[in-house]
Amino acid sequence: MEERGNKRGGSETPLGRGARPAGRSGGDFSEESRAGSHHHPDTPPCPERAGPRGAPRPVPCGRARCACRSGLSACAQRGAEPLIAMESAEAEASESRPEEDGAVPAGDLPLPEQPAATMEDCLAKKMEITVSEAEKRTGRNAMNMQETYTAYLIETRAVESQNEGQCSPVDSLWRRYSEFELLRNYLLVTYPHIVVPPLPEKRADFVWHKLSADNMDPDFVERRRIGLENFLLRVASHPVLCQDKIFYSFLTQEGGWKEMVNETGFQLKADSRLKALNATFRVKNPDKRFTELKHYSDELQSVISHLLRVRARVADRLYGVYKVHGNYGRVFSEWSAIEKEMGDGLQSAGHHMDVYAASIDDILEEEEHYADQLKEYLFYAEALRAVCRKHELMQYDLEMAAQDLTSKKQQCEELATGTVRTFSLKGMTSKLFGQETPEQREAKIKVLEEQIQEGEEQLKSKNLEGRDFVKSAWADIERFKEQKNHDLKEALISYAVMQISMCKKGIQVWTNAKECFSKM
Amino acid sequence: MSGGAAGIPKPLPSSGPKSLREMPHPLATSSSEEMGPALTPSPDLLLPRSVADKDLSLPNGTPVDTSSPASSSSLLNRLQLDDDLDGEAKDLFVTVDDPKKHVCTMETYITYRVTTKTTRAEFDLPEYSVRRRYQDFDWLRNKLEESQPTHLIPPLPEKFVVKGVVDRFSEEFVETRRKALDKFLKRITDHPVLSFNEHFNVFLTAKDLNAYKKQGMALLSKMGESVKYVTGGYKLRSRPLEFAAIGEYLDTFSLKLGTIDRIAQRIIKEQLEYLVELREYGPIYSTWGGLEVELSEPLEGVSACIGNCCTALEELSEDMTDDFLPVLREYMLYSESMKNVLKKRDQVQAEYEAKLEAVALKKEDRPKVPTDVEKCQDRVECFNADLKADMERWQNNKRQDFRQLLMGMADKNIQYYEKVCDVVALAGVKVVNCSPRWWLFFKKCLCHFTVKNLKILIL
Repeated sequence: MEERGNKRGGSETPLGRGARPAGRSGGDFSEESRAGSHHHPDTPPCPERAGPRGAPRPVPCGRARCACRSGLSACAQRGAEPLIAMESAEAEASESRPEEDGAVPAGDLPLPEQPAATMEDCLAKKMEITVSEAEKRTGRNAMNMQETYTAYLIETRAVESQNEGQCSPVDSLWRRYSEFELLRNYLLVTYPHIVVPPLPEKRADFVWHKLSADNMDPDFVERRRIGLENFLLRVASHPVLCQDKIFYSFLTQEGGWKEMVNETGFQLKADSRLKALNATFRVKNPDKRFTELKHYSDELQSVISHLLRVRARVADRLYGVYKVHGNYGRVFSEWSAIEKEMGDGLQSAGHHMDVYAASIDDILEEEEHYADQLKEYLFYAEALRAVCRKHELMQYDLEMAAQDLTSKKQQCEELATGTVRTFSLKGMTSKLFGQETPEQREAKIKVLEEQIQEGEEQLKSKNLEGRDFVKSAWADIERFKEQKNHDLKEALISYAVMQISMCKKGIQVWTNAKECFSKM
Repeated sequence: MSGGAAGIPKPLPSSGPKSLREMPHPLATSSSEEMGPALTPSPDLLLPRSVADKDLSLPNGTPVDTSSPASSSSLLNRLQLDDDLDGEAKDLFVTVDDPKKHVCTMETYITYRVTTKTTRAEFDLPEYSVRRRYQDFDWLRNKLEESQPTHLIPPLPEKFVVKGVVDRFSEEFVETRRKALDKFLKRITDHPVLSFNEHFNVFLTAKDLNAYKKQGMALLSKMGESVKYVTGGYKLRSRPLEFAAIGEYLDTFSLKLGTIDRIAQRIIKEQLEYLVELREYGPIYSTWGGLEVELSEPLEGVSACIGNCCTALEELSEDMTDDFLPVLREYMLYSESMKNVLKKRDQVQAEYEAKLEAVALKKEDRPKVPTDVEKCQDRVECFNADLKADMERWQNNKRQDFRQLLMGMADKNIQYYEKVCDVVALAGVKVVNCSPRWWLFFKKCLCHFTVKNLKILIL
């Protein structure tokens, strides 16, 4: 994918991030000059929030419990550039393509901009959002059968300005995973030009042997809780999505939310899979960028899945290596019993071998966070594809409409001039059964002309829609790209730090053991 | 001064004001060139005065058998029991090196060069260099067992390669074997009795060992000849406590070693399986890098990093296989042969007890115990003494050997982790690549650690 240079207007704008979910990481600028933080490119996440083992955890900053509370305002939360600013920059990017008759090339017409939130307006800035707890529940499902599920507690609180330091009350409500899914599906249909943040996986996938594949497993539930919080924060810091009323209600309105969503009738607006598939195969002139993007997202999905699968196997094996060392502990202990001078050294060395074997559990638990970060982008690839599919659908629709218009115009012309240029059933029947009366023909022409009129208007609006879509979708895709590069860089660095931490532990243990051996 | 040469007599080492340390070092070239047989330090001069006394005992209390063919000249050497003495005080040095492959019509085999440097009188020359093959070492060991049955003979590396698919001529195998053979000879060299054994001498010096083998000359020590017993069929009533303790110790010891061997093998196996997965893991990052623009270099960096980790891990596993496991096996073999010596001892004691009992049963009033029984008693006592001395030496050596072995194992692991640390830090650098802000982040994350070479990387 081509990285475009940043040609936003006026003020220096950051390169390194797209809309970062406020809580994902951030806040180290609470120490550094807050004033300057908006203008710094490449803002890395907060290293202060190192986890208990020294590696930075992607702990969402907006948490009530988070020590870095001032984080939100200073947070590395850089919303996407408002769409308004992009107008000038976009024009050159659009290509001229061979068009169907009537399809106007994108970029020639001024675009009506939908107002999007600026950095300051993002919901994430105004509100602290956390998914703080998870609880097992039993209830009855739609078929009146008993089921067990997990409910998650969403807590929200309005952000106070720094000066006041007052605590506003915390609102909270419980939601289950299926409601999150409903919300996301709504967003997907309502904002097809947006790369909608993904949900954490429904079922545990890419597990290595020790990790449970059980949805009820507490570790899985915990990681899912973090994933759901991450999802909400990402939506809340998205310039467009954060303004959605349904989203707001999801966070704040306990009862009746489901009905509210269904009333929007979004399910009806959803494109059928079949339709989308058909369009993918039949579309003639999709925007090349989207074709490339689709290809990219396919490859990304493939490579990350592969990576996650092998990583799980690597974790499995590493676990084995460490655990076998634990056996040394026992045998050294037994051996020391028959030795005189060697005994103490052996015994204490054995203890260190036990420590070594036990250390792998924490190490691998930590690595799961890295895997989760990768998984998010695995699912993001699907969201990218969805946007591409929508474009193809719209383009196909456009092409069909243009084609239809052309054929109607042709028909009209044939009727008017009496020449039959193309074979048609009408032509044959009229040859066989005689021509129509002039009155009949007039009537037909009139109908056609009306249809053509309608068709042209429709085509115009479809064109506009199409171009709108391309513009805004591409803007969000650019935002997404920046976000992705930033997030993945952070993930890789954290991963490196994790590995170094693991090595340091290893060196420590073996150094201790060596000392014990030297006293033998 | 005896053996004087013409001209200005060189100040020959004496036991008087000068100590052994002032002897020209056996390895010093000048001495080997200039000193001919005539100038070999006279045996008498090496002796402290008191050696002439018969009831000399060695520092550890064992009575000295001064009637052995190994003359009293070597007595001083015997006094050097402690391995802790630095090299200068030793007078016999043996090394095994330079393995070479020989291809003959009938067979292919490896020979090793055995180099000897010595100032001992038992050797005609101060230096020898001969080539020996495994068979020859095996022969030597058998001869030693025969001729010195009261002593613990060090083990040889395994004769046959049990694992099936191992290549007898691979570098690793040959090197492992060479080290073990070198250890074998060094252990004999350090032993105050075994190092004076005739067969050992011939092994080190003879040009044509096969001819000697055929002669079947068995110059047994007095002890050897007298203890040329068979499976007596005498039953031992009870082992004296200390030997029972040794027996129990050896049983448990070899059990534990066996367990450690299995654990070590299992670890190596797991490490190799881990390696297989890592080998698949690394390149995926590379593939991913090919899809990206901005992340291309960081991802490539990760891929390369994992590749380097693989190399480091491979080295660790190889080291464990080549250096750690063989020593364990060696000691397990050692324990086995030691248990056999214990059994022989039991036999000798049983014989004595049986004969003693037979005499008692005769109920004749003999004023003194028949010499036959007396000899048996002698044998028992000498055997016990030799064995005790050897056990103590063995315990000492074992302790040092294992100390070294286990420290070595710890070292290898430390080195492995240090390598990985460096390699990962390097990859981290690639990820942050020129971006000062990311650098800051990375450094902050690492502030908890002191990465050895990170300072260099930070430039």
